[in-house]
Amino acid sequence: MERQIRYVEALREAQAQILRSDPDTYVMGLGVPGPTGIFGTTKGLQEEFGSDRVLDMPSSENAMTGIAMGTALMGKRPIFVHMRVDFALLSIEPLVNQAAKWHYMYGGKLRAPLTIRMIIGRGWGQGPQHSQSLQAWFAHVPGLKVVMPTTPHDAKGMLIAAVEDDAPVIVFEHRWLYNIKGPVPEDMYRVPLDKAAVMRAGKDITLAATSYMTLESMKAAEMLADLDIDAEVLDLRSLSPLDTDTLLDSVGRTRHLLVSDTGQEEYGVTAEVMAVVAERAFNALAAPPRRIAMPHVPTPTTPALADLYYPRARQIAQAALEALGSSRTLPPEDSADTAWKDAPDPSFTGPY
Amino acid sequence: MGGSSVAQPDVRLRMYRQMLRIRLVEEAIARRYPEQEMRCPTHLCIGQEAPPAGVSAHLEADDLVFTGHRSHGHYLAKGGDLAAMLAELYGRETGCAHGKGGSQHLIDLDCGFMGSAPILASTISVGVGAAWGAQMNGENRVVVIYFGDGATEQGVFHEAMNFAGTRRLPVVFVCENNLYSVHSAMDVRQPAGRAIHELAPPHRVAGLSGDGNDADVVYDLAAGAVAGARGGEGPSLIELATYRWLEHCGPNDDTALNYRSAEEIAVWKARDPVARYRERLAEEGVLTDALDSRYAAEIADEIEGAFGFARQSPFPTPDALARHVFPG
Repeated sequence: MERQIRYVEALREAQAQILRSDPDTYVMGLGVPGPTGIFGTTKGLQEEFGSDRVLDMPSSENAMTGIAMGTALMGKRPIFVHMRVDFALLSIEPLVNQAAKWHYMYGGKLRAPLTIRMIIGRGWGQGPQHSQSLQAWFAHVPGLKVVMPTTPHDAKGMLIAAVEDDAPVIVFEHRWLYNIKGPVPEDMYRVPLDKAAVMRAGKDITLAATSYMTLESMKAAEMLADLDIDAEVLDLRSLSPLDTDTLLDSVGRTRHLLVSDTGQEEYGVTAEVMAVVAERAFNALAAPPRRIAMPHVPTPTTPALADLYYPRARQIAQAALEALGSSRTLPPEDSADTAWKDAPDPSFTGPY
Repeated sequence: MGGSSVAQPDVRLRMYRQMLRIRLVEEAIARRYPEQEMRCPTHLCIGQEAPPAGVSAHLEADDLVFTGHRSHGHYLAKGGDLAAMLAELYGRETGCAHGKGGSQHLIDLDCGFMGSAPILASTISVGVGAAWGAQMNGENRVVVIYFGDGATEQGVFHEAMNFAGTRRLPVVFVCENNLYSVHSAMDVRQPAGRAIHELAPPHRVAGLSGDGNDADVVYDLAAGAVAGARGGEGPSLIELATYRWLEHCGPNDDTALNYRSAEEIAVWKARDPVARYRERLAEEGVLTDALDSRYAAEIADEIEGAFGFARQSPFPTPDALARHVFPG
């Protein structure tokens, strides 16, 4: 049987293999060599690779991003880690004005192969400034590649591919994926940065999703299967560039689309995916497309409101039934589902 | 200003010629700019020729330079190709960035001119990173980062100095203090009685200052800073007092805007770095009228040729629009 490891272990293994295989790579970020090692993803790496390759840094996300980019101009391949997407906003100037544009604005003369890991927080009251999921902002900027691996397999393969890519690549990792287990080969392999993945084949509706919402979509597909509806689940994985071929192929077959994302609905990933389908496959659609994403409010801290803020599998399944014009109904929620929903599984006990 | 490093006559002549060249290039751009063929924001450095001439006199070809929007002097003094710079201003395929950058994004990797960007202080961190990368690679390069007084008000300036001081990086920060951030004077931006160079020592960066309109003074200050960086003694910041003669962006005199007085402008023009240096070198018998005339004629020829090249070069073809978004 293929080896099964957790997402967090896949990320750590990817970085260890990257550091081992290319002496120009290094991993840097606040807390990278610390005792908890970015939720375990960098734990122990400094012991193996030394403090020149696995480093902590001043609390200066802005300058340190420009500095990482400067080393990249000199042939280095940094992996820069932010424990929250929210913290990375301090670095938006060097990322958006500089790293994204230096290759283009200097006529192709410079390359800044920078990999930025940004972790999306959720649960245990992460609240307004520890849980933002701003992938759409970065995907909006030409020159940045943006990926969101969902499975442990893709977490490893896409991080390796990101570091080997000559463009600046932002890898969004959802904190609720960290404990997910899946098959991960032991060798150093790459997953392309521009291909979506069909997670579950189906013929009735396409549930396209990003990151953690892919798992919710898989659960929704099971709920729908119980009602004899055969949903296809598409993990978009790469937002920029977006794999429109796989998306349009799927919608062309199922004739129905429901897209979900971990970010806000307005002006977000779901809007872009729906626009692509509406422009290029309008006639394939048998019904208006639907979307499920975060409402246009900041993330509340109390579980009483956070539970309302985060859409889940049941809402996806319900919206799919509506999109299909189905009269079938989901069974009532069982009582175990009525506890606070601010943790992905019982092992998740905070403070993170 | 120690006066401990005095340039040899041939070096002083090269600095003079470089300043004269920068001045004449900028004047030629200013003359032609109203033709509306150079269709990009252009920040001329007339009045600020001494810092790049004096600093670059100490740099090797593989030393690196990063700078901001007022970059023509830094580019030319480091050895940047004039024809490619002008073609870039004209938006041509032969421009140093194939027309995609314009005056604000000059580059010439052959001479170590790594780039310029107009977001205040944005290249300071990138330059510090290049110095760190060079150190990681075991390369003995010095990185010079030019910026203005306004950039020192950005947080990233302090963040980058903090890191350069922490890692003892081979960086020379050169602040050309021309007193104005666009139209905003120093008294609304920085505390009275605190000089910019005083910000360096708390970051364990050596702080130096002097007359940025005197090439000999700049040469002397840069000698110590560059040698220190090269010798592993760590980073320095040199604050150079200087003055921009023309408007912030564009070819015109802006006295009429009244954000700075006509008297102040006259005082600074009387301290013209090119004319002052010409007089000093003539008095000291280093520069003759004949040599000065020859320089002017050679430079005029070079400028004429470079403008001709730029104006005759083709524009990028439509297929260039989407090229180089991502490295191929």
